[in-house]
Amino acid sequence: MTATYRIIVCDGTSCLNSGARTLTTVLKAQLDKHGLTDKTTVSLSGCLGMCDKGPIVVVNPGYTLYGSLTEGDIPEIVEEHLVKGKPIARLAIQEDHLYNRFFRVFGDAKFFGHQMRVTLRNCGIIDPESIDDYLSLRGYEALAKAVTDMTPQQVVAEVEKSGLRGRGGAGFPTGTKWKFTAAQVGTPKYVICNADEGDPGAFMDRSAIEGDPHTIVEGMAIGGYAVGSSKGIVYIRAEYPLAIRRITKAIEDARAHGLLGENILGSDFSFDMEIRLGAGAFVCGEETALIHSIEGARGMPRPRPPYPSVQGLFGRPTLINNVETWANVPVIVLDGANWFRTVGTETSKGTKVFALAGKVVNTGLIEVPMGTTLRQIIYDVGGGIPGGKAFKAVQTGGPSGGCLPEQYLDTPIDYDSLAKAGSIMGSGGMIVIDEDSCMVDIAKFFLEFTQNESCGKCTPCREGTKRMLEILTRITEGKGQAGDIDKLERLGKMIQKASLCGLGQSAPNPVLSTIKNFRAEYEEHIHDKRCRARVCENLVTYEITEKCVGCGACRKVCPVTAIAGGPKKQHVIDQDKCIKCGQCFKTCKFEAIAKV
Amino acid sequence: MATQTQELTAPLTDEQKLAQVREFIAEVMTHEHPDSYLIAVLHRTQELYGYLPTEVMDEIAQEMGIPTAHIWGVATFYHYFNLAPPGKHVISVCLGTACYVRGAAQILQTIKDELKIDVGDVTEDGLFSLQPARCLGACGLAPVVMIDDKIHGELTPKKVTQLINQYRKQANK
Repeated sequence: MTATYRIIVCDGTSCLNSGARTLTTVLKAQLDKHGLTDKTTVSLSGCLGMCDKGPIVVVNPGYTLYGSLTEGDIPEIVEEHLVKGKPIARLAIQEDHLYNRFFRVFGDAKFFGHQMRVTLRNCGIIDPESIDDYLSLRGYEALAKAVTDMTPQQVVAEVEKSGLRGRGGAGFPTGTKWKFTAAQVGTPKYVICNADEGDPGAFMDRSAIEGDPHTIVEGMAIGGYAVGSSKGIVYIRAEYPLAIRRITKAIEDARAHGLLGENILGSDFSFDMEIRLGAGAFVCGEETALIHSIEGARGMPRPRPPYPSVQGLFGRPTLINNVETWANVPVIVLDGANWFRTVGTETSKGTKVFALAGKVVNTGLIEVPMGTTLRQIIYDVGGGIPGGKAFKAVQTGGPSGGCLPEQYLDTPIDYDSLAKAGSIMGSGGMIVIDEDSCMVDIAKFFLEFTQNESCGKCTPCREGTKRMLEILTRITEGKGQAGDIDKLERLGKMIQKASLCGLGQSAPNPVLSTIKNFRAEYEEHIHDKRCRARVCENLVTYEITEKCVGCGACRKVCPVTAIAGGPKKQHVIDQDKCIKCGQCFKTCKFEAIAKV
Repeated sequence: MATQTQELTAPLTDEQKLAQVREFIAEVMTHEHPDSYLIAVLHRTQELYGYLPTEVMDEIAQEMGIPTAHIWGVATFYHYFNLAPPGKHVISVCLGTACYVRGAAQILQTIKDELKIDVGDVTEDGLFSLQPARCLGACGLAPVVMIDDKIHGELTPKKVTQLINQYRKQANK
């Protein structure tokens, strides 16, 4: 006897790249072979968050989570699990005890243990391209409640009471923003979703839209109702084709169901949405720059006030929120501000989504209550550092944030305690750094990024970041001078104070925080000409070890004939001649050349 | 990233491409605030041509009534727009933080050495162009490189050299 099964294949970008689509094809063929096609539904879901375990398949009922699959595993799953009803323990990801409601759906994987999925509540559970799936999980109920049972003022008051703060990074109270926009008289007003996620190493917004686009549509419609706007715009990166396709379809489906358009659900409220594409400019995440970009111009910021809530898109009052902020709105309206306030800390309510990546075992997308400590995230959710390496720092907030060393690991995560520790919450990038990374090099990496993305409008950011980068480059090349650290600090503080927008004001953060927490490494680079992580090429010495078999490959490739040695004898590098180009290191097939 | 459409059917002639750009402009001109659709028009143009040819930008200026200087300003501001034809295969090296801490800098250097070009250039034979990418979102597979629209993950300098050679071999067939 075979039961009726519902199979979900994770269709997030990481799983796609590890072959989720081929897997689906094989799966369908196998189902066909066993005559199960009619009794089984196969649907694609958004990102489950376990990006390093892809591709992932979930078999329901039973909520068995299979990971790291190959095409060869599929026949076994179909024959053993679906036909004979025996889940395959070898392939299942199950480790720890049940913890919260998410676990009822995804079994007892430890990865989900400390998580609480509020904005990602539907990601991985529903088929993101099906409005019916969304509706079946109380979708659009919050919108219905808002337009039929609540006045716009009540909706604004509820959001204000919830204590929700902007998830784009700065943490401005969302309710206050809504109140300001709602207070403006006249039409039109605009509602914008900022999906121009540009931090390197961050993919929260993309996964949220790919996994549950209707939540954003619903949140924005509620926002439109609350502030008296009838036009919503999603500004999204052109580099996210799948997210663009899914949100476009969600808008079309919502329109077809009367959830967008004229007189929504029989009320007086009309609201429609459109998509605008970004074109790869980091500064467009700043709200006034974003507005200029939607207007078809160069995305450069302007001084505030006037704030967009007074004078925004096309000179009209505009409400701009980040993707994750919007995703919280339906929850607050449906479950109430009182419930929302029970999650989180005194000053930061609710949950936060992080893109956990870098030197950590479980790379992926996670959502934890505010107040969870960095240690819990990195070691319990993330599974710690791979390869037995030592933890060195965790970087939050991307190019606008800072690096926190070990002593801050027990910091509870909220806007204020992270700021106090010298970093920022940011949009949610969280990169774990181990002993193999050089902190001066990391600081240089982030500054290179912001320097490149600086729009050039204001001098402190345009010129200041350039000068800072020159000093950092000098230090990593072993040409650092006494006094360079003070110069960096002085310049950094000046740029923070004098820049026009958030990009410039936060650009020095990675440098200042690494100087604060890893000053010794800077000093070693400058005074001892040494890079302890052996990353900065010019500060590394190459030596040939006893692993050398005397093949002569390094001798041939050396451009300055600094290597000597006969056949089958250990070679030697003449350190006076060596220019540290690293060619020998790259060429050696026997790992006989060491960096010291 | 730039050229995703028009693979299956016969390639369009330049006149046909221009007609499609014009058609798209005519459509957006019926909307409110038509000037604000300039970036959308440039996206459509790049989809068709693979880059933004100067002549076409002149055409857009005419059709939309926007000064060419303004269009040039917008086109040069955004990284996504190419002002010269890309190579047959576009290699985007992810320089996101996750990839960086897992060795993206060495991957980029290897590709530069192998192709003998710098970032933003096209190889002499027109086979490859090289560009940096901000996070591609495949952080679980870091470090990654995207060639056209296929992502290759968990790379090492050796693997990426092999990868380039594969594309070269295919091109020589």
